[in-house]
Amino acid sequence: MKRLSIFVIVLATLGYGQVALAQDSLPPAPYAYRQLDDPQQEHEAEELMESLRCLTCQSQSIADSDAPMAGDMRHQVRTRIAAGESPEHIRQWLMERYGDYISYTPRMSNDTWPLFAVPVLLFLGAGLIVWRRIGRRSGKDSQ
Amino acid sequence: MIAEFGLAALWLAAALAALQLLSGCLSLTEKGQNLALLVRPAAVIQAVLCAAAFGSLLLLFARTDLSVLLVAMNSHSAKPMIFKVAATWGNHEGSMLLWVTVMALAGGLIALIEKRLPERTMLATLGAQAFVGLGFYAFLLFSSNPFERLSPPAEQGMGLNPLLQDIGLAFHPPTLYLGYVGLSVAFSFAVGALLTRNVTPEFARVMRPWILGAWIFLTLGITAGSYWAYYELGWGGWWFWDPVENASLMPWLAATALLHSASVLASRDALRTWTIMLGVIAFSMSMMGTFLVRSGILTSVHAFAVDPERGSFILALLVLNIGAALVLFALRANTISEGQQFRAVSREGALVINNVALSAILGIVLLGTLYPLLTEAFGIRVSVGPPYFNPVSAIFAVPMLIVLAVGPMLRWRRDSLGRIEKPIIAVILAGLVGIIVAFSLGGIELLPFIGIVLSLMVAVGSVLPLKGRSLRRLPLAVWGMVIAHLGIAVALFGMSADSAFTQQTLVAASPGDVAKVGPWTITLESVDPVAGPNWTALEGRMAASYRDEPAQRIAPQSRTFWAPPQQTSESALLTRWNGQLYAVIGNEAEDGRWQLRLWWKPFVTFIWYGGIMIALGGLLALMGRVSVDLRRRHAQRRIEQRHEGYVQ
Amino acid sequence: MKGFRIGLWLIVAVALGVLALFATQLSKPKDDLVRSQMIGKPVPQFKLDAIVPDRPGLSSADLADGKPKLLNIFASWCVPCAAEAPQLAALEAQGVNIVGVAIRDKPADASQFLQLYGNPYSRIGADNLSAVQLAIGSSGVPESFVVDGKGIIRYQHIGDIQDRDVPVLLQKLREAGQ
Repeated sequence: MKRLSIFVIVLATLGYGQVALAQDSLPPAPYAYRQLDDPQQEHEAEELMESLRCLTCQSQSIADSDAPMAGDMRHQVRTRIAAGESPEHIRQWLMERYGDYISYTPRMSNDTWPLFAVPVLLFLGAGLIVWRRIGRRSGKDSQ
Repeated sequence: MIAEFGLAALWLAAALAALQLLSGCLSLTEKGQNLALLVRPAAVIQAVLCAAAFGSLLLLFARTDLSVLLVAMNSHSAKPMIFKVAATWGNHEGSMLLWVTVMALAGGLIALIEKRLPERTMLATLGAQAFVGLGFYAFLLFSSNPFERLSPPAEQGMGLNPLLQDIGLAFHPPTLYLGYVGLSVAFSFAVGALLTRNVTPEFARVMRPWILGAWIFLTLGITAGSYWAYYELGWGGWWFWDPVENASLMPWLAATALLHSASVLASRDALRTWTIMLGVIAFSMSMMGTFLVRSGILTSVHAFAVDPERGSFILALLVLNIGAALVLFALRANTISEGQQFRAVSREGALVINNVALSAILGIVLLGTLYPLLTEAFGIRVSVGPPYFNPVSAIFAVPMLIVLAVGPMLRWRRDSLGRIEKPIIAVILAGLVGIIVAFSLGGIELLPFIGIVLSLMVAVGSVLPLKGRSLRRLPLAVWGMVIAHLGIAVALFGMSADSAFTQQTLVAASPGDVAKVGPWTITLESVDPVAGPNWTALEGRMAASYRDEPAQRIAPQSRTFWAPPQQTSESALLTRWNGQLYAVIGNEAEDGRWQLRLWWKPFVTFIWYGGIMIALGGLLALMGRVSVDLRRRHAQRRIEQRHEGYVQ
Repeated sequence: MKGFRIGLWLIVAVALGVLALFATQLSKPKDDLVRSQMIGKPVPQFKLDAIVPDRPGLSSADLADGKPKLLNIFASWCVPCAAEAPQLAALEAQGVNIVGVAIRDKPADASQFLQLYGNPYSRIGADNLSAVQLAIGSSGVPESFVVDGKGIIRYQHIGDIQDRDVPVLLQKLREAGQ
């Protein structure tokens, strides 16, 4: 919940968020602040957690949040990975519930294709500019 | 009284900006040429008045004058002095006042000292500067008056958000602002040059110190912000591709491109339209960043006080400034001739690749930042985060960095790769060494792997231009370039090493327990309550030893502020030359143990050392450019004097 | 040269498009709600223990017993949950079967909360790990879901139920009962 107010806006005293979260009464979920014993599995879990959005804090990943719900989501992710589920399957499961919004990794779909098409166009455009600016003239000398 | 004085000074400054705009515009016409005399004095007096207004606000905050609404809302008499002063710009109104003040000071300075450009171009530039400034004066005076009185005065102030009560606040925002606003000068120069169709190498030379200055501050601001987020946030992250962070990165990307294209224009009279366009775009990005941050239309906790009226005001300014400048640009651009030509393999050729790649990365950051906003307009919510930005920007960053490794060794106009065969081999060898080392370490993912290899190549490539040159006679500007490029390599290495080698340990520990993270052994000795001026905290006292070295003490805190009430984690850092230990103490578990979060982050500090080197390189280049300009000016004056004395 | 000019105007067009986008987004209130994508889908399998002695726990099987229900996600530590208590009571008085999912709550706190603000629930499950909350796509407390007799989720209400929401929920429950 207290994602830094660091950049620019800092200036901008934030009116939002930070104070309001009421404290819940239970301790954090077992795997909210505990790593999996298998380093490989923990690594997979961390990678996934870093790319899932915390729903109660909105602009942090669940890996960077002290919000109780983020803790419960970390618990879900870790226990499922420990049970052998693949990270992408867990992501899929969450996206079925919360939509694309929960994943910081956009997937190609009817709603997101420009995110992938534009870089391709930019790449072609950049190539074209470089070619026209320098490639074409490389044959003749400057006057 | 101080508040009224400040407000009056602000109004007067606005009036002078109006005068500067009017006289600047009219003096470009046939009939209004006499008005040209007014423009420069107006700019200078405006700067003085605006500085007086800002000084008044500083004084009000320093005294915690609670009869001023802004002070009562954002400060508190119990705060340490430095945070009282920093609170001046730690809010919307104060930061906008800082913005116009810096802008007015820049305008005044140009008016006072800049004599190299044709007078018409200068008048148009100062007119453009007044045009942009006037919009911000109107914004301040009509919708964000910082001097508004509160009657009756408040008993006590509301305090400043605890996250902002940090030394970072004293430096980060004003630094970034200096960068943003500095780009407004480049913008005004670009508009002035467009209006008078005068795009020459001289123009680039005049504009360059301002770009450099703005760029140095942007670099420092982003570096400081990143480090601040890193230690304040408590999770060890230093860049999140958050919209607000992107808002500060985009002007930097544009300014970096502009810096390089301006140097092509200054040295070789090429890339004329491109330079003008980047000048317009760089400041547009600054303004857009301000809008995004302040309007609250993007999801970021950074965003504050969402005020539709203010958002609309900034949007109106955006439309006015960017719209007008871009249309002017589109109309005029093809009346500016292309400039000198060059071959593919040449310094210019390398810089064109740099420019195109930076622009493409800018495009991607812009797309990724705004895309969620676009889909939201159609009721669809998506998220774009690091897993998108990192690889997609790498597509352009990788070729750019490869060119960066060899580009500075190329000659202007035409060159051949054969001439610099040996340096190229050295760079390739560095890359091979990087590949072998990274492979032998094993388990490194693709992007950090590429990053490590490239950082070595760039590091070698960036110092090679020094070879065979007399270090003592090397111009400062070249030193600047070498150090800035080396800084890129250092920062890139830090980023890659952090993501490849960071180790994390989460434990629940009671006093006496020992935890290990990487090469560190950490003993939690005790957890004790401590009190500060406006907070109380639980402090975890720990002894940390690196391998067999003697233990050092660290004490992360979990702080509770009381004005306003809020909890924060204060991380504790132990810095070695080869990385940082990062420790955070969380909540107490039910069984009396404490949640500890420990990270060993090899070479993570290189990220910010690199940032500082980049800024330092900029500073050296700036000093070099300015001293050359001064010398040239001096020489010219002597020639003129001699001319008068002897010939006539 | 022609391509160059087209490129220039393209930049102007993109800039204007972006500014227009800003204007439309600015002109409407920001919608921060994260809606569940589970509407129209069956409630996932779950089984939660009871949290208070006088109400049984809750399982997905209980939700597919042929009658529509209002599934209310609440917690004793959540302030708006107390605010919606009168509206829940009104719904219960209209004959609505309300089942509760208590998020991250201690039995003692939950009992006290129910004593203080009333207990409209026929069953309450203790969701100590927010597992059910995640499974049905809820992103906060309080939230309420209309579930039909076959256990299909029909409607989601985000935030506390206010007076004006009561008829809407009654209508949705009626539709779910058909």
